[in-house]
Amino acid sequence: MLELTHVYKSFNIKTPVQKDVLKDLSLTLHEGDFVTVIGGNGAGKSTMLNAVAGVFPVEKGSIHIAGEDVTKMPEYKRAKYIGRVFQDPLKGTAGDMWIEENLAMALRRGEKRGCKWGISNKERELFKELLKTLDLGLEDRLDSKVGLLSGGQRQALTLLMATIKKPELLLLDEHTAALDPHTAAKVLEITNRVVTENHLTTLMVTHNMKDAIKYGNRLIMMHNGKIIYDVSGEEKMNLQVSDLLMKFEQVSGGEFANDRMLLSK
Amino acid sequence: MTVSSWLWSIQGAATLGLIWGIMALGVYLTYRVLHYSDLTVDGSLTLGGAISAVCVASGMQPILAILVATVGGMLAGTITGVLHTKFKIPDLLAGILTQFGLYSINLRIMGKANFGLLNQITLFSQIKDMGVPSKWAGFIVGLLFIIILVVMIYCFFGIEIGCALRATGNNPDMVKAMGGNTKAYIVLGLVIGNGLVAMSGAFLAQYQGYADINMGVGTIVIGLASIMIGEVLFSKRTYFHRLFGVVIGSVVYRIIIAVVLRISMNSNWIIKITSDDMKLITAFIIILALCAPNIKEYFQAKFSKEDQ
Repeated sequence: MLELTHVYKSFNIKTPVQKDVLKDLSLTLHEGDFVTVIGGNGAGKSTMLNAVAGVFPVEKGSIHIAGEDVTKMPEYKRAKYIGRVFQDPLKGTAGDMWIEENLAMALRRGEKRGCKWGISNKERELFKELLKTLDLGLEDRLDSKVGLLSGGQRQALTLLMATIKKPELLLLDEHTAALDPHTAAKVLEITNRVVTENHLTTLMVTHNMKDAIKYGNRLIMMHNGKIIYDVSGEEKMNLQVSDLLMKFEQVSGGEFANDRMLLSK
Repeated sequence: MTVSSWLWSIQGAATLGLIWGIMALGVYLTYRVLHYSDLTVDGSLTLGGAISAVCVASGMQPILAILVATVGGMLAGTITGVLHTKFKIPDLLAGILTQFGLYSINLRIMGKANFGLLNQITLFSQIKDMGVPSKWAGFIVGLLFIIILVVMIYCFFGIEIGCALRATGNNPDMVKAMGGNTKAYIVLGLVIGNGLVAMSGAFLAQYQGYADINMGVGTIVIGLASIMIGEVLFSKRTYFHRLFGVVIGSVVYRIIIAVVLRISMNSNWIIKITSDDMKLITAFIIILALCAPNIKEYFQAKFSKEDQ
């Protein structure tokens, strides 16, 4: 479903502050894989997701989604394969526009936009139904501005937008990191439900090791632009947070266990 | 100084306000909807006036001349848009460069700095010939076109392309994630915006009977003044409110200026305000509109403190 082959990505190339973020990264996701991604700051987790989404071109290597080579495809064209939720709740929705307008945009992801009306009444019914499943009371607020919603509501809405038209690949870039623990847990529950119900192939970056173990059928750990640990199935289900910490200390000498990781245990 | 002369001068100002209101709608589209500070408009208004005047003088149907002028403005918008999106020139600079270059082009089109339309057939003379009183011709034409344009823009905002364009101004990241080509929408917005501005210039040239190389100076500022006055006076509930607010803003702006001029003209002030002072007055109007929320906030904070 997703295939990254020997991908390299650096920033500030040929300057004294050159940073090689992805180094010979290869990763294959099978259909229906729900993969959680962990790693310390600067490990390249977000860069990997952005490279897949096409936010920037990569220097070397190739990216295939659903069998198609998208390495040189611009971000907006790749969007037809990919649903995304960002860390920043403001980034995934248009705050000055209505909930229904945002959803209507999402329903047309990757499609040619023409001179038809932006929303039909039939679609409004669909939106109401789907919003009801979020259980946040948004189904009666179709014509509220998204900017009036809370961060959690906005992330839940963005998640709905990313999946309303079933994507080949769902990219979640620490989408609960900016939320309070209670809201984060709720959004994660919704995420898990949506992903498993629709069998979505998913990459979910998280800073929370417990969540990384709890959700998904596969876990990868990144360090210095490489995947250093990749477990799935039975082995993953029996994983403990202490195993992950130990695993990391082996490769990095302890720097992984920074404050944020410890706090989120 | 009679009441009726006052009313006629206000009606004249309103007519100008309606014609300039087309420009204000164009600026609204780029500045408010797309969040793009487009300075091309100073050039494209003159471009519209120049094309319209020259076409009318060569015997073209006046309404057709206005359409040709609109297309000219759209081309100017395309240039700014391509400079910004393809060549990554910052928005302000891209607009300034196009506007700067248009000055020469406008002179080329007219062949001189001032192109008169004395005794030519214009849209307004045609309306008069249909039996409409000459003092009402401009007002009726302006009102008719404003209503048509507001309805068209309103519908445009409702269709898929229009929704994506609005979203581009609001959150380009989201549009890209949803498969929208934000660069194309920025260019489209500039094309429509500058088309409207040039259309306004085209009407203006036929209304006042000449095109002048300096007729577009300060267009962007007048556009902003109209938008801001409209926002102070009108609610922003729906796009109908907002679009008509912009037009009303443009009309009110012209009326303010007409009233100031008339009062000054009939007074015995030492320094008489003339049309030369209008730029300063316009600047004050905009500063006032921009400061209004801050001043309000300041006083609200002050009073709520005293309450405690």
